[in-house]
Amino acid sequence: MGFFSKIKEGLAKTRDAFMGKVESIISFGRKIDEEFYEELEEALIMADVGVNTVMEIMDELRSEVKKRKLTQAEELRPVLQEKLAELMGTEQEGLKMAPDGQLTVILFVGVNGVGKTTTIGKLAHRFKSEGKKVILAAGDTFRAGAIEQLEVWGERAGVDVIKQSAGSDPAAVIYDGLAAARARKADVLLCDTAGRLQNKSNLMDELNKVYRVIKREVPDAPHEVLLVLDATTGQNALQQAKLFGASAGVTGIVLTKLDGTAKGGIVIAIRKELELPVKFVGLGEKMDDLQPFAPQEFVSALFTGNDTEDSE
Amino acid sequence: MVFEGLANRLQDTFNRLRGKGKLSESDVTEAMREVRLALLEADVNFKVVKDFVAKVKERAVGQEVLQSLTPGQHVIKIVNEELTALMGGEQSKLAVSAKAPTVYMMVGLQGAGKTTHTAKLARLLHKDRKKPLLVACDIYRPAAIKQLQVLGEQLDVPVFSLGNEVSPVEIARQAMEHAKSHGHDYVLIDTAGRLHIDEALMDELKQIKATVQPHEILLVVDAMTGQDAVNVAESFNSQLDVTGAILTKLDGDTRGGAALSIRAVTGTPIKYAGIGEKIDAIEPFHPDRMASRILGMGDVLTLIEKAQATIDKDKALDLERKMRNADFTLEDFLDQLQQVKQLGPLDQIMGMLPGMNKMKGMQNVNVDDKQIGRVEAIIRSMTPGERTEPSVINSSRRKRIAAGSGTSVQEVNRLLKQFEDMQKMMKQFSGMAKKMKGKKGKGGFKLPFMP
Ligand SMILES: Nc1nc2c(ncn2[C@@H]2O[C@H](COP(=O)(O)OP(=O)(O)OP(=O)(O)O)[C@@H](O)[C@H]2O)c(=O)[nH]1
Ligand SMILES: [Mg+2]
Repeated sequence: MGFFSKIKEGLAKTRDAFMGKVESIISFGRKIDEEFYEELEEALIMADVGVNTVMEIMDELRSEVKKRKLTQAEELRPVLQEKLAELMGTEQEGLKMAPDGQLTVILFVGVNGVGKTTTIGKLAHRFKSEGKKVILAAGDTFRAGAIEQLEVWGERAGVDVIKQSAGSDPAAVIYDGLAAARARKADVLLCDTAGRLQNKSNLMDELNKVYRVIKREVPDAPHEVLLVLDATTGQNALQQAKLFGASAGVTGIVLTKLDGTAKGGIVIAIRKELELPVKFVGLGEKMDDLQPFAPQEFVSALFTGNDTEDSE
Repeated sequence: MVFEGLANRLQDTFNRLRGKGKLSESDVTEAMREVRLALLEADVNFKVVKDFVAKVKERAVGQEVLQSLTPGQHVIKIVNEELTALMGGEQSKLAVSAKAPTVYMMVGLQGAGKTTHTAKLARLLHKDRKKPLLVACDIYRPAAIKQLQVLGEQLDVPVFSLGNEVSPVEIARQAMEHAKSHGHDYVLIDTAGRLHIDEALMDELKQIKATVQPHEILLVVDAMTGQDAVNVAESFNSQLDVTGAILTKLDGDTRGGAALSIRAVTGTPIKYAGIGEKIDAIEPFHPDRMASRILGMGDVLTLIEKAQATIDKDKALDLERKMRNADFTLEDFLDQLQQVKQLGPLDQIMGMLPGMNKMKGMQNVNVDDKQIGRVEAIIRSMTPGERTEPSVINSSRRKRIAAGSGTSVQEVNRLLKQFEDMQKMMKQFSGMAKKMKGKKGKGGFKLPFMP
């Protein structure tokens, strides 16, 4: 099932039919006027794109309208898509992998409860079904039940989990993971970490230590540091991207829980300011609910009206 | 202390709006434009913001501006009052059933913090010598039961579980029986996180509710939630009649506008705030604190209030005149220090002053009350003549002053140097103020806390 149909399926429950909000705003015969701009602005803000980014987008649109002497809303559709495509890119960006036969290390970071462990489970399954040998490292030694949670995912995906007891040093666990991955000639090592809020400098230092251990032990590693972001998150996500970026060298984003009604529009601001691409999206709690990110489809979905009021 | 935010952004508006009698429609519109942006940046839902702004506008236009405030400050005062009122005024307590056991049910999206907060509530009850029972109804997320069991063990509070093969409704039913037969006075039910649009799982919650007849259904919401908070809260509330909310992860640096959205759409109060990962990191929710956090205005209002109450108005006017004429002496400086000290700890006061971070170098200033005490001692060791005319203070006088104040000559030197710089700066300011007088009426230089 494609990315878009998955999202559509997720949204279908609160939406009459696939009638994008943009579609209804940019309806046939409508003139470009203030009211029109306001509705567009509203749709973007409601998608969590963020006021500043929205205002920049709107300014650019207005000047484009002037330049191209557009009057009809319909003529704006391609312009708008172009603008957003510019922001989100048009190509899917895959994961950076080590050359064949060498170990790829991926580190997962993010605030509490966003879906790091689940994403690791899903990705393990994905790599495994591509015929790769995968190992998981249980770097969350803090949260109650976190190690057991990863072990369940290891079982489901049929891959090994390297762990120590609860409360031990996360960097030591990751070190063990690296050693095991090399000894067992694994293709991919996925490293879980405890969720932490980005303003806790002691916990960010701890994360930085994990990052440095990986860097030191394997040349070119970590190949990816994925910041897991919950799509329901608002403007704070930008702060998350900045600070996790600073401590752990984030290289990409996994946007989870897009099967709900939240749009995750904040990734536009993140991409604009920090040039971080979204690599995967999470669309559910099951093992195969992970899809490569498709920028264009994401952009269309941003405008898909689904707030409860409008759908009634 | 967070400096950024509305208060700073409003400084310009404040200044432009200074000195009029009544709040005109355009004054208010201008100030409210900034308020709107601030609220949206804080993740308050778009529609909630719209309603709120309209309401405040209506109330503010035509109001007589309080003598001691600028019109901009007056608008902010109204905004803050309305926001606090909307947040629920008083904080509210959890319901207690006349007949034991009292039952609380935790609901919410995935990853919001239900399990942790179920345990945190259990800890509060346990500490209060109650006998709570934790119930593990999350049979879906791997190791969720284990998580609750570990927490229960830490707290020495029993956990009721039937594994993950029995339906949550059945677990809840048997847990009630167990609680009654084992003399538990509280039952806390942890449920799996779920999407508000997942019909099957929302039905499950309805069935649990029907089975256990909870006294509280608490919606657990992540404080970092964005615009979608409205959809989530509305959906959970319409299907389950939520009785209150718990706002989690407030120890982060989010402004937490979701609080306002939840409150506005459900009408139910936020009862607790989660402020950390540790099991004791929970506190009653304070609507007034949340209001100013969302606004991002530090405690500018507190400062306005305090300043009004504390600062002697005549003295302040006199001081302002002196500053403008640059005949400000060490005596005046001492006076001012004492007034400022009455406002409270200095670093807090600095944090309360809007625009402070815009002054060059101000971010790094470490104000320290002890240091102020030493400065005071130095000035007190000077003669009245020295205080008004510091240029007479030669090196033997410096030694005397240092000895008298229990400080060092270096410190005395430093103070005198600083004072000299300050006077120079004031001369510049007063020059500017005089030049501007023609254009703008009253001079532009004013201490932030002056009436
Ligand atoms: N609906 C939905 N739920 C998800 C998705 N990804 C994860 N979840 C759920 O979100 C919850 C939290 O996921 P975890 O994987 O435990 O998150 P985490 O970031 O590892 O959490 P901590 O280790 O506690 O910081 C679980 O209930 C997951 O099932 C998704 O894409 N969609
Ligand atoms: Mg985890």
